[in-house]
Amino acid sequence: MIAQNLIFGAIAGAMGLAAIRVVTTKNIVHAALYLVVVLAGVAAIYVLLAAEFTAAAQVLVYIGAILVLFLFGIMLTRAPIGTTTDLDNDQRGLAVVVSIFLLGVLGAVLNDAFGSTKLAADTGVQRTAEVGNSIFQDYVIPFEVISVLLLASLVGAVVIARRD
Amino acid sequence: MYLNQFLFLAAFLFCVGVYGVLARKNGVLVLMSIELILNAVNINLVAFGAFHNNVAGQVFALFVIAVAAAEVGVGLAIVLLIYRNRQSIDVTDSSLMKG
Repeated sequence: MIAQNLIFGAIAGAMGLAAIRVVTTKNIVHAALYLVVVLAGVAAIYVLLAAEFTAAAQVLVYIGAILVLFLFGIMLTRAPIGTTTDLDNDQRGLAVVVSIFLLGVLGAVLNDAFGSTKLAADTGVQRTAEVGNSIFQDYVIPFEVISVLLLASLVGAVVIARRD
Repeated sequence: MYLNQFLFLAAFLFCVGVYGVLARKNGVLVLMSIELILNAVNINLVAFGAFHNNVAGQVFALFVIAVAAAEVGVGLAIVLLIYRNRQSIDVTDSSLMKG
């Protein structure tokens, strides 16, 4: 139990710092690389919650595919490689106020609702087979809709980005 | 482990993402901030799934991951098109529809 909490603290600290760097760094490539730290931390959190398949999907889809897509986007839009001061607009102060207010409200509500709720000490591993059964029995219609959505977005992205 | 520690982490990531969406003006960075927000939601889904000992949380987290992949594909295509037409991906410059 203690070890789990220590590991959680280390992961959460690293994720928090990296997330703040994603939105404040002045180098756009560094923002993408800090995003890797956040996404890997999320995968580690899934492992801590005994969600092994979701952790694997997170690593494969986010770190493997989406991050590469971001780096291609940075490259193709000829973003300034190196430090620039031109990545933030003039609403930063207001944005800080809004997000801190939102954090306060969310924190108060969560503290009120789940203040002392503990996860079961023996959180059973939700096995990949159960996840697969659930997808293909209970949620087969959303699954089919997702596959059509992926096809549509694939075709849509090609059509939008095509040079003609 | 408390349930709340996961929910607070997710709330923090969500708020950082909201700050990024509001304060960044580079289109690619705005999309990265949206990824932070989607990941915060996923942590919540998996944490509640573990809390209720129900696989539905993981199933929906997987659906969100798939939707996020689709969203990034189309979003980056739109950003590329904006870059090609305007030679800039500054989202504050795209104000053609502004009244």
